[in-house]
Amino acid sequence: MCLAIPAEVIKVEGNKGVVDYGGLEQEINLDLVEDVHPGDYVLIHVGFAIEKLSKEAALETLAIFKELEELEQENA
Amino acid sequence: MNVDYRDHQTALTLSKKIGEQVRKHGKEIKIMHVCGTHEASITRFGVRSLLPDNLKVVMGPGCPVCITPQGEIDAAIKMAKDGITVATYGDLMRVPGTDGSLADSGGDVHIVGSVTHAIELANKTSGDVVFVAVGFETTAPTTSVALLQTLPSNFSIMCSHRLIPPALRWLLERVSESGAQIDGFLLPGHVCTIIGLRPFEEFSVPQVVAGFEPNDVLYGLYLIVKQIANGENKVENAYPRVVHYEGNVKAQALMRRTFDVVDLEWRGFPVIPQSGYAIKHAFASYDAQLRYSLDFTSREVKTGCICNLVLQGLRVPTDCKLFAKVCAPHKAVGPCMVSGEGACNIWYKNR
Ligand code: SF4
Ligand code: SF4
Repeated sequence: MCLAIPAEVIKVEGNKGVVDYGGLEQEINLDLVEDVHPGDYVLIHVGFAIEKLSKEAALETLAIFKELEELEQENA
Repeated sequence: MNVDYRDHQTALTLSKKIGEQVRKHGKEIKIMHVCGTHEASITRFGVRSLLPDNLKVVMGPGCPVCITPQGEIDAAIKMAKDGITVATYGDLMRVPGTDGSLADSGGDVHIVGSVTHAIELANKTSGDVVFVAVGFETTAPTTSVALLQTLPSNFSIMCSHRLIPPALRWLLERVSESGAQIDGFLLPGHVCTIIGLRPFEEFSVPQVVAGFEPNDVLYGLYLIVKQIANGENKVENAYPRVVHYEGNVKAQALMRRTFDVVDLEWRGFPVIPQSGYAIKHAFASYDAQLRYSLDFTSREVKTGCICNLVLQGLRVPTDCKLFAKVCAPHKAVGPCMVSGEGACNIWYKNR
């Protein structure tokens, strides 16, 4: 039950939104997040968006992994 | 994106770096996580096989279904037997109470994916509907949103929400007497999405918030063992693509408006001070506990189940004599075997 899954918002109407789960549309509640627009990514838990996701932050984490790998190659 | 968080080369690199830090420390290290999703990722992707022998990663009280005490399950079952429609999240259905589960109560019991669906259910019927609200800080704010709406008069909520930091405090305070060893916490990413990092700063062990892909977990573990090897105690965020230092401030405010923090029992634990939520008096008419005078007292039943020790991180599922012999997902003896996020269930499926 605890899973939270990221999805793209495709429609916003008041405190309700519709997200796209890879082709599957689902209505979600937006009361726990602010300023969400179509095209934004949100993290969804039990039918509620609990956080907006920034694509940049995702890339940042990826960069950390890349760095580790490069470090490793330098050390090798 | 998933591919990189699961990239095997990255995993091997992290594994090697973890090994270096553990060797540097020179003693056995035990790290606890408190999240069913972490356990699922660790088990499914074989993360433990990438760790040195003297680094142990155990699951603590991280599944909200497993830690819901018998007395609360019994209260939900009683409502169903008394003709009240009970709606709750799927995993709770088969959790054993003193005598059977919600699923075999014979009552009108519904699985819902959201409190919103439970309210819709109440709108469609004239009978009483109770939503059994389990879950940690990740889930509690969704119940707050519900309480702040205009609700149908036949709808109420049985509040079983519990809070992670008080459970960690309880565990740390008892480390010396229980014999448990906790050298660090891998913090649950989605709980921290809501409450942020600050509530964990009081604990003087290394802690790292981690995401749920196998490499997220490995990276989180790497940062913890690095802190341990360097003698540091910090709260670090290895999941910045989702978690912010302050957490979700809006959700926190809604929880403060709707809940009081109270002392509560956890399954496998005694009463943990200030470890859960009760619905505030202003919303008393929607509090099922008051409306139906529910009794949450747990009665002890002897089954040989060691879930309490598993939940405290003192034992692993295979230490239980019943594991996979008497106790299996289709005939679960204890809660940890029922819930898809329970440690015994996850170990069973990956055994
Ligand atoms: S509620 Fe959050 S922390 Fe708990 S098991 Fe689910 S995902 Fe993990
Ligand atoms: S295997 Fe079954 S009986 Fe043993 S601890 Fe796990 S849930 Fe309890």
